[in-house]
Amino acid sequence: MPESVVVDVNVNGVAYQREIEPRLLLVEFLREEIGLTGTHIGCDTSYCGACTVTLNGRLVKSCTCLAVQADGGEVCTVEGLEQNGELHPLQEAFSEHHGLQCGYCTPGMLMASKSLLEENPSPSREEIRKGIAGNLCRCTGYVNIIKAIDAAAVKMQGV
Amino acid sequence: MYPAPFRYHRPEDLPAAIKLLSRFGDDAKVLAGGQSLIPMMKLRMGDIAEVIDIGRLSGLSNIEVRESTLCIGALATHAKIAASELAAGIPALVEAAAGIADKQVRSMGTIGGGLSVADASGDWPTCLRGLNASVVIVGAAGSRKVPISDFVVDAYATCLKSDEIVTEIQVPLPDANTSSAYVAFKRAAAAFPTCSVGVQLTLENNICQQVSLVLGCAGPTAVVSAEAEAQLQGKEINSETLRAAAQTIVAASDPPPDARGSAVFKRAMLETLVVEAGERALARCRGEAVNGGHRYA
Ligand SMILES: Cc1cc2nc3c(=O)[nH]c(=O)nc-3n(C[C@H](O)[C@H](O)[C@H](O)COP(=O)(O)OP(=O)(O)OC[C@H]3O[C@@H](n4cnc5c(N)ncnc54)[C@H](O)[C@@H]3O)c2cc1C
Ligand code: FES
Ligand code: FES
Repeated sequence: MPESVVVDVNVNGVAYQREIEPRLLLVEFLREEIGLTGTHIGCDTSYCGACTVTLNGRLVKSCTCLAVQADGGEVCTVEGLEQNGELHPLQEAFSEHHGLQCGYCTPGMLMASKSLLEENPSPSREEIRKGIAGNLCRCTGYVNIIKAIDAAAVKMQGV
Repeated sequence: MYPAPFRYHRPEDLPAAIKLLSRFGDDAKVLAGGQSLIPMMKLRMGDIAEVIDIGRLSGLSNIEVRESTLCIGALATHAKIAASELAAGIPALVEAAAGIADKQVRSMGTIGGGLSVADASGDWPTCLRGLNASVVIVGAAGSRKVPISDFVVDAYATCLKSDEIVTEIQVPLPDANTSSAYVAFKRAAAAFPTCSVGVQLTLENNICQQVSLVLGCAGPTAVVSAEAEAQLQGKEINSETLRAAAQTIVAASDPPPDARGSAVFKRAMLETLVVEAGERALARCRGEAVNGGHRYA
């Protein structure tokens, strides 16, 4: 039995220490070890983006990242978007513009959109499409997702 | 899906990493960004007992110019290269980096990893071959520098020994008359290209002084053709001369029919992409700003 390792990971501003097997994936760490099930497992093969989170500010697929790679790092998940009971403008916009149907892709979509708007606060529709190219949605056809991101960008520019 | 159990090592520096590799030999694999290794381990491909995480080694992700050579640390991510002002001097590099997968994969995956995987459809082996890059390798026996043409020896096979690590990729900086382009045809962002083409061109008074053409996804390793290049040397570059050279290099290639397309489709696509990349490189040689980007299905 390979030895376990101790990791310290800060998730949404809260410090967690766990003893884990090195093969534990970051997504399993989030869901099983610390109980944050907002991050979804879609394909589990690096393609769909449902498991998207940020690690030290970088957008990553947490099914394609070992939890030990996040040791000492900061992770932000969909649970970290809401602040003091207030939804993030992206969350509000997804709700207002029907940017989701079944909601399975939504946590990953929100994290990818947030990362996009941090780099490019007023993206064109084309840039939005490119920004979420790593996130698949089987339901919406993307039209309303793009509308929602566009609306959130406008709103966030306004504040 | 979990990888099979393994032992995890996070060496402090490069010598420590090499010591671990020497100790464990073929049981060990280095982990850079993990964007190829982790999916492979989840599919239980290979027998990997020891994982040596080099992802945090310092000094291996710099991008800098030394002696008219662009030196890219093996751990530089695709995202970092795509955004690098220094790399922007070699448009093909930026086009390859920015077109790999999606933002998530680009933010973790590294040039050293992409090259070492030596996937016949991988963007780095193709792009870097067209730019005549060299690869700096450090191992227990010291360091060596090999031309890219000797680094990739077959599909998924490199000249790396089990105790060796790629530390740097060196790309000669082009002179004022030289420019490049790299174009792929892809079915989706998060997918390897179906076909890809790199062109580097040196132009004087509209006449081609030097050219390098390379095809990806068109055989076990990147395809080059001295005959096709000779066809362009000393000639004016235009869509006709490019088309003729494209036909020659495509005839020398062997694209495998697979789920991404038949061989006939790929040959036609490769030919079109050679002309497109050639025209883009040509425009850049003339000082025109041309936006890059791949073709998507
Ligand atoms: C969804 C998806 C889509 C993708 N699409 C594309 C694409 O369009 N084009 C493309 O080119 N690639 C694509 N890739 C692959 C991606 O570019 C990887 O980032 C890259 O192939 C591996 O880099 P890495 O740093 O993640 O390496 P790792 O996964 O960490 O390592 C890969 C292999 O290289 C070895 N290795 C890594 N670094 C070194 C080093 N410095 N020295 C020696 N050996 C080393 C490892 O031991 C391992 O065998 C895709 C991957 C995914 C998951
Ligand atoms: S679950 Fe991670 S990419 Fe699909
Ligand atoms: S809303 Fe169902 S997958 Fe996107």
